[in-house]
Amino acid sequence: MSVESVFPRLEPLLPRVQKPIQYVGGELNSTVKDWDAAAVRWALMYPDAYEVGLPNQGVMILYEVLNEVADVLAERTYAVWPDMEKLMREHSVPQFTVDAHRPVGAFDVFGVSFSTELGYTNLLNALDLAGIPLEAKDRGADDPIVLIGGHASFNPEPIADFIDAAVVGDGEQAVLQVTDVIRAWKAEGRPGGRDELLFRLAATGGVYVPRFYDVDYLDDGRIQRVAPNRSGVPWRVSKHTVMDLDEWPYPKQPLVPLAETVHERMSVEIFRGCTRGCRFCQAGMITRPVRERSITGIGEMVEKGLKATGFEEVGLLSLSSADHSEIAEVAKGLADRYTEDKIGLSLPSTRVDAFNIDLANELTRNGRRSGLTFAPEGGSERMRKVINKMVSEEDLIRTVATAYGNGWRQVKLYFMCGLPTETDEDVLQIAEMAKKVIAKGREVSGSRDIRCTVSIGGFVPKPHTPFQWAPQLDHKTTDERLQKLRDVIRADKQYGKSIGFRYHDGKPGIVEGLLSRGDRRVGKVIRAVWEDGGRFDGWSEHFSYDRWMRCADKALADDPVDVDWYTTRERDWNEVLPWDHLDSGLDKDWLWEDWQDALDEVEVEDCRWTPCFDCGVCPQMGTEIQIGPTGQKLLPLSVVK
Amino acid sequence: MPEGPPPAPAVQKLRLRYAKRGRLRFTSHRDFQRAFERALRRSEVPMAYSAGFTPHPKVSYAGAAPTGVASEAEYLELSVARRCEPAELCALLDASLPPGLDVLEVVEAAPGNLAERLQASVWEIRLPEVEPETAAKAVAAFMGAESVQVERMTKNGMRTFDARAAVAALDSPLERGTPSDDEIDAGHPGVDGSGDRPCAILRLVVRHTTPAVRPDDVLSGLRLVADLAPPVPAAVTRLAQGPLDAETGAVTDPLAPEHAVTSTGNEEL
Repeated sequence: MSVESVFPRLEPLLPRVQKPIQYVGGELNSTVKDWDAAAVRWALMYPDAYEVGLPNQGVMILYEVLNEVADVLAERTYAVWPDMEKLMREHSVPQFTVDAHRPVGAFDVFGVSFSTELGYTNLLNALDLAGIPLEAKDRGADDPIVLIGGHASFNPEPIADFIDAAVVGDGEQAVLQVTDVIRAWKAEGRPGGRDELLFRLAATGGVYVPRFYDVDYLDDGRIQRVAPNRSGVPWRVSKHTVMDLDEWPYPKQPLVPLAETVHERMSVEIFRGCTRGCRFCQAGMITRPVRERSITGIGEMVEKGLKATGFEEVGLLSLSSADHSEIAEVAKGLADRYTEDKIGLSLPSTRVDAFNIDLANELTRNGRRSGLTFAPEGGSERMRKVINKMVSEEDLIRTVATAYGNGWRQVKLYFMCGLPTETDEDVLQIAEMAKKVIAKGREVSGSRDIRCTVSIGGFVPKPHTPFQWAPQLDHKTTDERLQKLRDVIRADKQYGKSIGFRYHDGKPGIVEGLLSRGDRRVGKVIRAVWEDGGRFDGWSEHFSYDRWMRCADKALADDPVDVDWYTTRERDWNEVLPWDHLDSGLDKDWLWEDWQDALDEVEVEDCRWTPCFDCGVCPQMGTEIQIGPTGQKLLPLSVVK
Repeated sequence: MPEGPPPAPAVQKLRLRYAKRGRLRFTSHRDFQRAFERALRRSEVPMAYSAGFTPHPKVSYAGAAPTGVASEAEYLELSVARRCEPAELCALLDASLPPGLDVLEVVEAAPGNLAERLQASVWEIRLPEVEPETAAKAVAAFMGAESVQVERMTKNGMRTFDARAAVAALDSPLERGTPSDDEIDAGHPGVDGSGDRPCAILRLVVRHTTPAVRPDDVLSGLRLVADLAPPVPAAVTRLAQGPLDAETGAVTDPLAPEHAVTSTGNEEL
């Protein structure tokens, strides 16, 4: 049965909304396949606005991997802004894909990638606009399987009622395995209906189907146990790990939007995983082990990607890009190849050391040296030991001295507030550090025209990290602490004017904390917030803390738990955590030891350069560290001009 | 501060006409600029660059159609550092841009300022579900008025100006039109131009003045003088822009000097 485009109904609405281009598709390198010729059809969503969702690497990769399979079709959909939502509801236009404007409800799978929990209300809105029942239990044979992935799916419990399934870990191979299961089930004539399909997915051991697990609670509100409610379903669901990134050079044909988006560059993931061991960092914990893309693999992706897109900038992505074993050769090789073509290179996420200044200089051979960003994360030496961010103040000052000496005029320092065991004094140290940076900068550059911007984010404890047991700092104390810091910086006559200060208030962090470490009972809160009009919670102009608190009070009134219980409460070693049955490979005992080490201010090295610390991931997942050096170089491209 | 080598000098100036069609009429001018500059990179056009820290390819755009309005007659100029064959460049750039942003012709610039030649535009305004008779009455009222003060929200707030004086012609043929078939041209699946709804079609010639009078302003004017309120947003297309012949009222080809050179060249062969 073919499916009609909703475009004729959408088109008259487009002149009436902001930035209509975001709803029309037609991006370079996008794909529209024949509906009837496809055996399995995916609608992929990044649950935020198009301008944020389109550049998302995860969705872009899966879109291409799936469309490369002859009998598989994948299209994309994004969260629509409230002006469009209103018109769609008035004119009965369902949630649609931007590729061929097909209704999302007609697909086999509705795959949603969550990098952040703040997209949950957008999921509910998209389901509702698509005409898909909000709760998985109410869905019928013709509704898509609602499947989620992304970092937030490492604890999918808060949205367990709304999803049919979750995939944990790397998606490239996982989506193909899911596709195979669906293809076979459809070819057999859909035996056993939706339930049988979900069972087959669960039985693979790599797909979590919440309905097949029961959660029991103790009287005090803690979880008693989580257990499968039918045989053939594993007790724990394992994460997926892609080995050998060179085998997966995606995206090969990156999407180039017509609309303006947040990142407009050719992004190449130079490695996946990070073992620096920063204790606050969920990404570093759940993506182990480190798997590098080779220097030649990177060179090839950049070359092909630039040809396919015409982008003017290359971003070398990873969790800590300067840690690639051949980063200097990569940077030099790419700069040699592309400087003349006016292609910019950028290296987000770098650590604090002098080596990075050399790198940064290499990346800006012809360009303007405006600003460098470093992330000491903790203001005091003590705090940095707690979070295992091994940067001494001396390192930092030496690094910024080199930076200012090389013509850089602005240094941005990123910190967190609300870390475990933190006191006012730890945070006030940030001001001291910034002052020293400015003093050093003036000395080295001989100029007063230098700046240091201090940027502060609130810490939110995340599942599958050593801080998963930690109490989150309440928003009042966070705000007071930041206020004190701001006052100290402002009051400084000598340096205050050279120091910029950027921070967010603590309230959104509490909601993020509720959603990050919540369990199935939090689903009621999410639903209530969405019903009350909650959308786009990652956007300050749409986010309402009061709405979240009001809805949480009401929805959790009959439970022995509340928002504080989920956020500011410290957990014990023996508490069953809502995500314990999702296996990131990390050994829970190791995480606990690391949590204790944090409290004792004991640091842990990076296992790339030292013996194994038994975090458990490699043996549990059957994976290994894959790093260079390969010893190869990027040769100049022979360009025929 | 690091210094780069000086940019290669421009050796040839080319003029280009392009169309914005179908669903890609929703590209804003900024969107088009980014798309065009990426197409230049993909097709490895030897662009001339401006000097400075962030060199920009030398492209200048002339009076772009508003977002949401289709066009068959948008113009830009570009300078290259190595001579290019205009017809080849045309094919290359057209293939490199998404369908719906279509390069229609490229010519080597003849002397004279292109922007100065773009004195007026011809617009087609399709009004689905409006009876041609109703539209004709509104047009007569508008053209009969001395001035029609309309309001438009600008960056500096609400502004009131005359939408009538700049209008050189506004016709409403009494035949029944059908909805635009742009969507079929753009290769968009599932959309067709069939249907027997009424659809009035206006043909509007507007002089380029300051402030610019857009088709939207004329529609506001029609609403003001004759209460013409289309139930569906109008589908607007710029059909042409160029010099305005004061005697005939016709908008002529802005690339006529270039075409004259080309045809002379051909005769010599």
